[in-house]
Amino acid sequence: MAINEKSVVASHEDAGPGYRFLVLEAPRLAADLTPGQFVHVRVPGLESTALRRPFSVFDADAGRVTLLYKVVGRGTAALSKVLVGDTVEVMGPLGHGFPSSSKGVPLLVGGGYGVAPLHFLAKRLKDPRAILFVGGRTKDDLLALDRFAALGVDVRIATNDGSAGEKGFVTGPLDAVLDGLRARGETYELFTCGPDGLLKAVADRAVAAKMPGWISMDRHMVCGVGACYACIQKTVRGNSRCCVEGPVFRAEDLVW
Amino acid sequence: MVNMEVDLGGLKMRSPVATASGTFGYGFEYVGAVDYSKLGAVTAKGIRLDPWPGNQMPRHAEVPGGLVNAIGLQGTGVEHFLKYTVPWYRKQVPDVPMIANIWGGTIEEYAEVAARMGDAVDAIEMNVSCPNVKAGGHTFGQDPEVLCKVVSAVRATTKRPLLVKLAPNVPSITPYVRACEDGGANALSLINTIPAMVIDVETRRPVLANRTGGLSGRCVHPAAVKLVYDAHAVTKLPILAMGGIYEAKDAIEFFLAGATAVAVGTATFTDPGVVAAVYDGLTDYCERHGFASVAQLTGALSTE
Repeated sequence: MAINEKSVVASHEDAGPGYRFLVLEAPRLAADLTPGQFVHVRVPGLESTALRRPFSVFDADAGRVTLLYKVVGRGTAALSKVLVGDTVEVMGPLGHGFPSSSKGVPLLVGGGYGVAPLHFLAKRLKDPRAILFVGGRTKDDLLALDRFAALGVDVRIATNDGSAGEKGFVTGPLDAVLDGLRARGETYELFTCGPDGLLKAVADRAVAAKMPGWISMDRHMVCGVGACYACIQKTVRGNSRCCVEGPVFRAEDLVW
Repeated sequence: MVNMEVDLGGLKMRSPVATASGTFGYGFEYVGAVDYSKLGAVTAKGIRLDPWPGNQMPRHAEVPGGLVNAIGLQGTGVEHFLKYTVPWYRKQVPDVPMIANIWGGTIEEYAEVAARMGDAVDAIEMNVSCPNVKAGGHTFGQDPEVLCKVVSAVRATTKRPLLVKLAPNVPSITPYVRACEDGGANALSLINTIPAMVIDVETRRPVLANRTGGLSGRCVHPAAVKLVYDAHAVTKLPILAMGGIYEAKDAIEFFLAGATAVAVGTATFTDPGVVAAVYDGLTDYCERHGFASVAQLTGALSTE
């Protein structure tokens, strides 16, 4: 059941060039959210007819909900201006998230601000085997690495320009680890969030290896609760709603 | 205490505030976020005989003051609706009547969907004005003779209160109102979305996969008030008014123009609290202006 909580901004800080951490005092949501679910934010400062904006959750702990977002358009530009102490209406918890445990080695693959739900996931999985693969165009797109380090997560990096980690796509270091796991006959699960190209690359690998793949889709949304049917993702079951049947889908269910 | 009950063509509503079809799913999706105790009815998403996939993505575009959508009436079909959706809704929301919104590709399909609904729903709203589906819907709402036939055909299959949701894009609403009266409708729903289009100038492509869509939201409200006013002037049929209700004032305008009840739509996407705010604001307005019942507001426009 979704609630609409009037939260208060506890902090709002830069998370990198063009990226922001928004921390909200939202005790009801913080208690109920699980990794991979999203919240629907009524952005203050937009005219009242503008739609809400969906965000995945970076962290939900001790009465606070943390969002990690990139300023990309009108909605996030307005959101970037909210101040500590402002009230922000947040609806949630919404959608189906990631599973709460991983049978095999958890491999988390994130692109840019797609690492947001993977941080919440890593924190809840508490699995010492977890590896995060993170990619970006440059080192400026590598976010919250200190927060992953604090969780004890092994982090592997790739950037398109080689300014940090391996040069190229994040599938480079991922494939190296997959080869090793396969050689040792170990099972694994893939969890991913990021640009569509990355999601498809990860989903393809999960399906080909017959390993579980959990793909978090990012779609423009209207209602966020399954009422309007605007955020459709094609799946083997037809036109599924990203906001209800997703945003996390099984790799083998997605039709690209 | 203001009496907030209204009678919408035989549908008894404890509140004059309903939800608009297509904006409120099948009625239960907003449980927890919307105050259902202040709703007089929900209108479910459009249902036809068979499952319907809807349009390709993108299906919506945000515009200043509104929203353009071309969802294309995605739905599971009447069998699934009756077997699973309605029982689930009754369980989740035991005390708010459901208006089923129906559509079809032929007159016979409309009649069959209505017949299949039987007494499972509390009222039926015919969608004869969806701008986003070529195969049916709006074609029936653009010709008064055809409209009268399809309304009559549905009337013959159901004893439930029958509403007809009309298109706003007609030169005069009068012949369509007459067609509904002659066909045996109990009430009118005004307005459906206004045909609209958004173009991405950088790519020179239409934003919507369907190319065109329907405009809703705050910006359509004055156009909707005018159509309610026009319709009320020529008929005694009660009117369920919708189009850009964001606050009580918007709903009160509809009542003064001739509405018997109102439906909140697009506004709920931004603020699920609009339903309660409209109900509370209406109550307050009636008290301040000395109306003992909200029903007295209907058509209480002063033109002196």
